[in-house]
Amino acid sequence: MVLVLVEHADGKAIDPSLQTLTAARSFGEAVHGLLIGSSVDLSAHGVAVAHVAQHASLDSFAPDAWAAIIVQLADRLKARAIFAAGTDRGNEVMARVAARMQLPLATNCTAVATGSPVTLTRQRWGGSLLEESALHSPRPLVTVAPHTVAIALYPAATTVEEFTPQLTEQELAVKVLERVSNKGGGVSLAEAKVVVSGGRGVGSKEGFAIIEDLASLLGGAVGCSRVVTSAGWRPHSDQVGQTGTKVSPELYIACGISGATQHMAGCRGAKRILAINADAEAPIMQNADYAVVGDLKEIVPAISAELRKSRAVHAPLPGPLPEGERG
Amino acid sequence: MVLAADSMSLETRHLGFTISPHEECGVEEAVRLIEASGGESVVLTLGPIEAAEQLRDAMAIGIDRAIHLQTDGGEWDPESTAAAIVDAVGAEESASGPFDLIFFGNESADAGGFQVGLRVARGLGRPAVTGVKKVTVEGTSVRCEQEVDGGRDVYVVPMPAVVTVKEGLNLPRYPSVPGRMRAGRKPVAVSAPARTQARLELERLVVPAGQGRRAELLGSGPSAAPAVVEMMRRIGVA
Amino acid sequence: MSNLPAHARAVVIGCGIVGNSVAYHLCRLGWRDVVLLDKGPLPNPGGSTGHASNFIYLVDHSKEMTALTVESVNQYKEMGVFTQSGGVEVARTKERMQELTRRMASAAAWGIEPVSLVSPAVVKDLVPFINETIILGGFYTPGVGVVDSLRAGTIMRDRAQASGALTVAAKTEVLGIDVKDGHVRCVRTTAGDIEADTVVITCGVWSPRVARMAGARIPLTPAVHQMIDVGPVPRFAGAKGDIEVPIVRDMDTNMYERQAGGDLEIGSYAHRPILYDPEDIPPIERAALSPTEFPFTQPDFELQMQHALELVPEIVGDERVGVKYAINGILSLTPDGMPVLGESPDVKGLWSAAAVWVKEGPGTGKALAEWMVHGESEIDLHSSDIARFHEHQKTRSHVRARAAEGFNKTYGIVHPSEQWASNRNVRLAPFHGRERELGAMFFEAAGWERPMWYESNAPLLEEFGDRVNRRTAEWESRWWSPLINAEHLAMRERAGLFDLSAFTIFDITGPGALGAVQAVTLRQMDVPAGRNVYTPVLSPSGGFKSDLTIMRLGDEHFRVVTGGAAGMSDKKWFADHLPADGTAQLFDMTSAMTTIGLWGPRARDILAAATADDVSNEGFKFGACRTIDVDTVRVLASRISYVGDLGWELYVPIDQGLKLWDMLWEAGRPFGMAACGIGVYGTTGRLEKCYRAHGNELETEYNVVEAGMQAPRVKSEDFVGREAHLRHREEAPAAVLCTLTVDDHKSKSGEKRYMLGREPILRRDGAPVVDRKGRRSYVTSAGAGPSVGKHILMSYLPPEHATLGGELSVQYMGERYPVTVAVVGSTPLFDPENTRIRS
Repeated sequence: MVLVLVEHADGKAIDPSLQTLTAARSFGEAVHGLLIGSSVDLSAHGVAVAHVAQHASLDSFAPDAWAAIIVQLADRLKARAIFAAGTDRGNEVMARVAARMQLPLATNCTAVATGSPVTLTRQRWGGSLLEESALHSPRPLVTVAPHTVAIALYPAATTVEEFTPQLTEQELAVKVLERVSNKGGGVSLAEAKVVVSGGRGVGSKEGFAIIEDLASLLGGAVGCSRVVTSAGWRPHSDQVGQTGTKVSPELYIACGISGATQHMAGCRGAKRILAINADAEAPIMQNADYAVVGDLKEIVPAISAELRKSRAVHAPLPGPLPEGERG
Repeated sequence: MVLAADSMSLETRHLGFTISPHEECGVEEAVRLIEASGGESVVLTLGPIEAAEQLRDAMAIGIDRAIHLQTDGGEWDPESTAAAIVDAVGAEESASGPFDLIFFGNESADAGGFQVGLRVARGLGRPAVTGVKKVTVEGTSVRCEQEVDGGRDVYVVPMPAVVTVKEGLNLPRYPSVPGRMRAGRKPVAVSAPARTQARLELERLVVPAGQGRRAELLGSGPSAAPAVVEMMRRIGVA
Repeated sequence: MSNLPAHARAVVIGCGIVGNSVAYHLCRLGWRDVVLLDKGPLPNPGGSTGHASNFIYLVDHSKEMTALTVESVNQYKEMGVFTQSGGVEVARTKERMQELTRRMASAAAWGIEPVSLVSPAVVKDLVPFINETIILGGFYTPGVGVVDSLRAGTIMRDRAQASGALTVAAKTEVLGIDVKDGHVRCVRTTAGDIEADTVVITCGVWSPRVARMAGARIPLTPAVHQMIDVGPVPRFAGAKGDIEVPIVRDMDTNMYERQAGGDLEIGSYAHRPILYDPEDIPPIERAALSPTEFPFTQPDFELQMQHALELVPEIVGDERVGVKYAINGILSLTPDGMPVLGESPDVKGLWSAAAVWVKEGPGTGKALAEWMVHGESEIDLHSSDIARFHEHQKTRSHVRARAAEGFNKTYGIVHPSEQWASNRNVRLAPFHGRERELGAMFFEAAGWERPMWYESNAPLLEEFGDRVNRRTAEWESRWWSPLINAEHLAMRERAGLFDLSAFTIFDITGPGALGAVQAVTLRQMDVPAGRNVYTPVLSPSGGFKSDLTIMRLGDEHFRVVTGGAAGMSDKKWFADHLPADGTAQLFDMTSAMTTIGLWGPRARDILAAATADDVSNEGFKFGACRTIDVDTVRVLASRISYVGDLGWELYVPIDQGLKLWDMLWEAGRPFGMAACGIGVYGTTGRLEKCYRAHGNELETEYNVVEAGMQAPRVKSEDFVGREAHLRHREEAPAAVLCTLTVDDHKSKSGEKRYMLGREPILRRDGAPVVDRKGRRSYVTSAGAGPSVGKHILMSYLPPEHATLGGELSVQYMGERYPVTVAVVGSTPLFDPENTRIRS
């Protein structure tokens, strides 16, 4: 059997974990899920047994404790392999597992094939490059790169088994003490359905007013390229890219962004990309679904105005915004 | 991205090397901590002879000295890398006491293993916090803020500790010319650690095929706005 | 996306400053259907223009380069992309201060005003952040400025496109250039093929690669120029424009410092030469920044940081000012430091405008376009002509060796006679060993090692005593010896033996040979076989393309003899004018023949001692050429002289050159013959005779009448420049070539000084002398006249100054010296009746 760490939030397994379950099934063995804290329904994802770890000290995230739980459970179950999603937490916990077990770990895999050794494909450079590797390990440890495997439903009768791990004080030394929420409480970049992102072409800190306006009209989040954060025009938390946030919206609007590798690593997960750029030949144009060529300083406000106009027609309530409000 | 002829590495002949963004922030943070509270900072890298230039860059912005674990240029897997660093840090600490803080980049820009810092922490028996974007030393502990979706998780761990950091932790400074000149005179300890057989064994690199996106031109200039909004309606975001 | 036409009048490859300029000026001059390509994106395709420092200093010792620069500045100004900042070149050493006085002279000679030598205090006023305590002074040019070269390129492209004459295609890579029958026919690109009979390569560092597609060579090498950008500079906070403070050139450290908005840019030509091959330049997708911005190599910049810190400590020493950007920028270097312009001698219709920097870009574009459209440019480009290179000079080894040696001279103090150290002994005369034994001091010409003087002639110094003029000042003693003057006197009194191996020699043969040589020469070539004719070769507008000697060896056989420097471009000129029907052929004989000169009053005695043939004045008249036997060597003897004495040029197959030398040497000893260097041949001998030299007096910018070389009649046969020449004969010349002598050599310090050439001729009150065409008077040649006891200068003077005994002055090393017009026109100073050469 293979053991899969399933992360969950708001009573649901997160998508990258479901993707990981799909990937883990390719090993052709029974799939066991590990849920920490509480149970969620995994019966549509081919999970034979859902192990729910519960412990008084697991009220907040404690990575060493999570790692200890995985090691204990895997040892008990004699798991042939352990999987987790290649999220920040998944990678962190699995790295701690690997360190404890003194085993190699393959992170952010896009494909894994059972065998001895296990052969796999994994991401480098945030997915801009792929690596084909052999994993020589008695117990392969693997994380699956988010949004690279499509979730395949596989209904199964899932048994839920609760257990209480043994955790030492040391394993609980590193633990989240508090969660500070972002001020403003706007739409989170990672979760936003629409991201409007600005690059060097925006020209200045002030230039982002039109980007913000469009984002708020679409109920989306503002993003930016690395050039922009380096210039100090936007906080680093807005950065989309390999060293910033990786986003997966329905629509990613790249305004004045050339489309460097480091940036594309952050928006590759978008369903659709609209590029607005003065240079019809910019690399972003080759990686977009839609393109508008021209000066973003004219085009972005025009789109906002058009949205307002169309809403005035299509949405009578609560009342139309004045047309051309922002010129 | 262009591969070398054997597909085992990137063609880097024309690219040059820099300190990766995460690590650059780690270096900057170390310099700031020492500037604020005194002490000594050391930069360590494992890499080919050319990496000496990045060590100089780090010393140019204020790091005091450097340790260069020199390799023949071949790629090291995370386990071997961590083992070599544990040995080097151990040797260093047995001579001059433990480092209060060891910063790592959260993940390497190229191989993206997400594990060397945590393996070293385990090897040294120290607590480790990852993905940190704010560091505050509070007496004998360090308060770390880790960015998570929608906010920040706060950890406080006792020192000595390992902290893996992310870009955004700070805005690294540019080295001054006097800083660069001083860097040339700072000591670099060079050694050549032995590598063990990699258990995660690279077989070849592949440049991923394009995602098959083929941009549909919606127009030029502001007159394209109606077509854009129409597209937004079609995909259900407007 | 392709909108490429299938045919074009001309295809220009490369959208840097040069390509944009060439395309624009071609369209301005009336060409249509011009296509401009680049493999990179616009407006910055990734070549050297994109990272150029973009500042322009106006004064260069080269007249040609200064003219191109001034024309470029005018164009940049017209386009509104020039920001005048002023510039100051500072001196840390006494030698540099002297060099700056030479710069003052060049500025006056080429008409660059205003310029001034300023004290450290004034430099401090101009550049408040400079450490004036380490400098001795500066050369201030208020007209220096910064341009936006990318914007200029866009403007030129846009204008040409708007006129409908130009099609621009970016991201279009040239895959091949088809050549048929030696002529370019088609450019193959990633966006389709374009048929064109004219292709211009303006690809900067890529030029050699593109030229090779057509089987042609453009001898340049990509090389690194290091540059860093530091900031933010507190003093520049709130700077409104790109530049408000004069640009500093720290000449002695080969560096510059310039404001760039809120930052300071520091560039260097001081580091070790770092050369690449054109193949090393990466494609755009493989480059870190752009293909011509290589990763910075810090170790090469260590010393430069120290130097910058010394000169601008306020900024460079500020810990808050960081190194924001540092590159190894790639630029083009050529073996002689000049651009590579003109039609390739390898492929007809294939033009080059390469190794051109931003400062001379638009001017070069205009000049090349004129050359393409009109057959010549207003500015004489002979120093930049792609056809100037000899074969060995196009090799990778030569290009790299000389580029490496020249790189650190970018801001150097380069003596006009300075010799290259690298890649010497490439071409050796058959009697080179003999010359070494005689202690020859070798100077290089076209790769040939030529003796300038012989140390073994030291006894002549004693013999001629006070008649040998000596020099005490270090500058003009450099690359010079009083032995030149002593050898000269030995020749004038007895005889001298000269190595003339560096001549370029080519034969024109066939039924069309006469017509072929007639078509490019001013003088009548339809002379009996056995005659030699000295003739100017004119440009279409009647200026001097060249001057050379042609021997008629048979009805259908002419031998052209010209100098080494101009040899290759002369050869191309003749080849280009061969009849289209193939009735004449050109054969290069340079490496088949060697030449020895024998001149002096005893020359006939010596030759007669060596040959049984008749060499009497009656038997072998001046202007005759024929074969004589010297022992077993059959020698083509030509009675002619460039030194103004009786004698011959003796041509033999190169394998028998040594034997001839030895025979003449033996024959000459009883007559006191001396081996004489090129110092006598090229300077003292010819100057006493007021003989003109190409590249000095003879340029396309001056005509035959101005040079005083018009014959009583013009031949009736048509030739290039004939129409213009006839016109020039009808009008009053704007200037007349005169010979002047220096009245008093004493400088303020009491030391005697001797001009070396290219100095400004001024009125006695220091006012410039300008002719009605706006040309300044300057010294075209300078040198000793040992037999006339004067230091001789030549200069074109406007008619009001071209009067015998006219009093003028020459500016040299910061002082003015009185000179007097000794000859108006071409009458020789020495032996004005020419009795020596004719007797």
